[in-house]
Amino acid sequence: MPGKDKLSENVEEYLEVLYRLSRTEERVSTSVIARNLRIAPASVTQMLKKLEANGYIEYSPYKGANLTEKGLKIAKKITRRHRLLERFLHDVLKIKKDKVHEQACEMEHSLSDEAERALCQLLKHPDRCPDDYEPIPPCDLKFTTCEECLKKRSEEISKIGMRGQNLFPLIELKKGDTGKIVFIRGGHKMIRRLLDMGITPNAVIKIIETSPFKGPVEISVRGSNLALGHSIAANVFVEVINNELEASDHG
Amino acid sequence: MAKFLNHCSPSSEKNQTAGKNGKSITIALAGNANVGKSVIFNQLTGSGQIIGNWPGKTVELAKGKLHFEDYEIDIVDLPGIYSFSTYSFEELVSRDYIALEKPDVVINVVDASVLERNLYFTIQLKEMEVPLVVCLNQIDMAKKKGIVIDSEKLQSLLGVPVVSTVAVRGEGLRELIEVAVEVAQNKNSIEKNPIRYSTEVEERIEKLAGFIESQGISSSFPSRWVAIKLLEDDPEVKKMVGSKSEAVINLSKTLADEIESIYQEPCFSVIISERYSVANRIANSVQKQTEMKASLSERIDQIVMHRVLGHVVSVLVIGGLLLWTFFVGNFLSDILSQVFGFFQPIDPKVRGPFLAILWNGAFGGIVAGITLVIPFVIPFYMMLTVIEDSGILTRIAFMMDSLMHKIGLHGKALIPLILGYGCNVPAIYTTRILETRRERLLASLAITFAPCSARTIVILGLVAVFVSIQWAMALYIIDLMIIFIVGRFAFKALPGETTGLIMEIHSFRVPSLKVVANQTWTRTKSIIYIVFPIYVIGSAAVQGLYAFGILGPISDFMSPLTVMWLGLPSIAGILLIFGTVRKEYILLLLTAIYGTDLSSVLTPVQFIVLALIGMLYIPCVSTITILSKEFGWRSATMISLANFITAILIGGIFYRILTFIF
Repeated sequence: MPGKDKLSENVEEYLEVLYRLSRTEERVSTSVIARNLRIAPASVTQMLKKLEANGYIEYSPYKGANLTEKGLKIAKKITRRHRLLERFLHDVLKIKKDKVHEQACEMEHSLSDEAERALCQLLKHPDRCPDDYEPIPPCDLKFTTCEECLKKRSEEISKIGMRGQNLFPLIELKKGDTGKIVFIRGGHKMIRRLLDMGITPNAVIKIIETSPFKGPVEISVRGSNLALGHSIAANVFVEVINNELEASDHG
Repeated sequence: MAKFLNHCSPSSEKNQTAGKNGKSITIALAGNANVGKSVIFNQLTGSGQIIGNWPGKTVELAKGKLHFEDYEIDIVDLPGIYSFSTYSFEELVSRDYIALEKPDVVINVVDASVLERNLYFTIQLKEMEVPLVVCLNQIDMAKKKGIVIDSEKLQSLLGVPVVSTVAVRGEGLRELIEVAVEVAQNKNSIEKNPIRYSTEVEERIEKLAGFIESQGISSSFPSRWVAIKLLEDDPEVKKMVGSKSEAVINLSKTLADEIESIYQEPCFSVIISERYSVANRIANSVQKQTEMKASLSERIDQIVMHRVLGHVVSVLVIGGLLLWTFFVGNFLSDILSQVFGFFQPIDPKVRGPFLAILWNGAFGGIVAGITLVIPFVIPFYMMLTVIEDSGILTRIAFMMDSLMHKIGLHGKALIPLILGYGCNVPAIYTTRILETRRERLLASLAITFAPCSARTIVILGLVAVFVSIQWAMALYIIDLMIIFIVGRFAFKALPGETTGLIMEIHSFRVPSLKVVANQTWTRTKSIIYIVFPIYVIGSAAVQGLYAFGILGPISDFMSPLTVMWLGLPSIAGILLIFGTVRKEYILLLLTAIYGTDLSSVLTPVQFIVLALIGMLYIPCVSTITILSKEFGWRSATMISLANFITAILIGGIFYRILTFIF
């Protein structure tokens, strides 16, 4: 049904915008969303209510909206596709930085899981988009490292399975948060270095200290403390255990 | 206590390294960074090995001797590493040393306060099937954290002797050596009792190891270890085995695939996780956390690692270190030069009989070294030791990580850079703690601009005395800015990927007086050994050349640059040539020619420009020597050229700007 497709694309677009905006503020107000989507506030309110009814967001008219776990999952997926496409358009097709965003917006909704994976492999698991260097969220495939994904190139996605939970990079956690390592993005050498230091899948870590200006993160893992540079901490993904992150997201 | 072997058996004939009388033994110290290996090494051998509370100091193998009862023991201090993979220079060196040199016994020094991480490495040593003794060090630090360890139980779980020590106080070291000697004497009759992995992995390791043995692949490594490394997909081991037997490689691939499909994880990460879970199991069953204490270290970290305060602390510590060196150095230098000036003037001599000139040059080199270098280097290294041994330096490296990324390096590179403030030569050696050649090169370039003790003297002698102390400070700050700008250019010019920071952060500790004294002396000594010979020969040679009248024409040839572009007197050419040996010569020669009151000879602008040029224009001969040794003459030339061009550019610009100010 073309009507339904239209709606889901619209939903994706809303969730994507909410995801981007919620990185700087906890609750995104209706007017900010309206400005970003270039839509009248009245119709935004209507849509937000619909999204709330579907369980994608939490919404109260005066405070604004924020994503639920369910909404966040979709938002991250579509954001990932958007930013991967930007990289592809820029790196492979050599399209100028200021042109890639619009094009990626058009393409993101029709990208399949297979194409997304192939794109990620082709681009060597990029971690930032080209135009504003925003981080690319990790994939949902049940891999622990990128190396595994490359090795199982021929395996069907349906066989690999999808991750249920939302993952967060270490840099998005707050001081005192704990999490379980689920996925490490990066090349062979970096993954080995991390594993040798005890940052292995399923290891539990706690954030001891964060630092401003893209500085490193100090974590405690396996009974000792480690400093991880920002670029490394951005590629180590955990499942948050303590629920503090969600609690603050939900206000 | 830890007496595994009750009597000494007669040394076997196969005992190769034990020598003719059977009384000489080689002991290797191995373990993670900052567990106290170097402290133990110093305690045992008495010779100075650099110790500090930051990861990865022992970049070259330090060796020393110990006479114990009838034994002559060679002790080798291996670099602090976390694993035997081959991703860093240090790991490769250690692995090859243990496999190829075959020490009679390896003492694995373990930090009792972070047992789990340390045991990960112990397990790998066991896999290499070396005669092993575990030294459970820093048990006092563990107690402070509320951790008590049952060493008897650890001993039985690991199947190797365990000796508890507090190395800084020398506790338990005698017993450690006794046990190590016993193990070394019986090294051929030691049971292997390997640490087992979980059934699925273990079965496959054994199958592969058995196949390796049946294929008769002889190597310096035990077959079980080779099997594990193949399953870990280790490139070096794969190359080594692949050249002998394709069948082994194929079997290892099949087995690795099986493990992968069981665990749903790559085989190498399964093995690493397994090893860590063994370490975790052992650690948990032998240690008791008696009480959870918020240690003093954690409370200090609240400030030192704080998002805002931490940066303030970093700046204060680095600034304080420099100011301290500046003032204490100046004070000591004054006293020493008065003492020496009493015996013989140390001015460079450029006229008179040739031999007298050579002698004067050589002698001047020695005296200048004592009166100028030592006074600055000793207080600097003393304070630096306090900073690094306490653990503050690691925190500063953490805080400065994002700034260092701007010049293509990570936080750890700050450590050699700060070392460069004392002397560039050991600092460039220390860049070996960095991961890639590119990073080492970038760090070394930055180091050659660091105001070492010699440059400090030039700034003090010319600017602080004849212009003002504020201008001397300003030059220091300008130098820091130049390091940053040049570093940034070089970072853009040298393509390559920047490695991220991965660094262990240890608890704070109070630096022991003994360690500080010991290490300050070691570092000062190394400067005397490395720098003084070149210093003495170089200054004799340059004075000789001058006496032959070779330098005059060169100086005249340089005058368009020195006089017209930089606004200096024509004598500057000679000063700068002398300065290539040691930067202080610029100052010394100037006073030799014009006397001590230079204010009538040079204008304030000329003082500042000369100090600036002297500071930047070329690394000294010792530094160039070490650069070409480490990176080849091509890179050494490039770095020197970068110095020269920067100096000429900055000097010329400053000459023109300063003319308006003064």
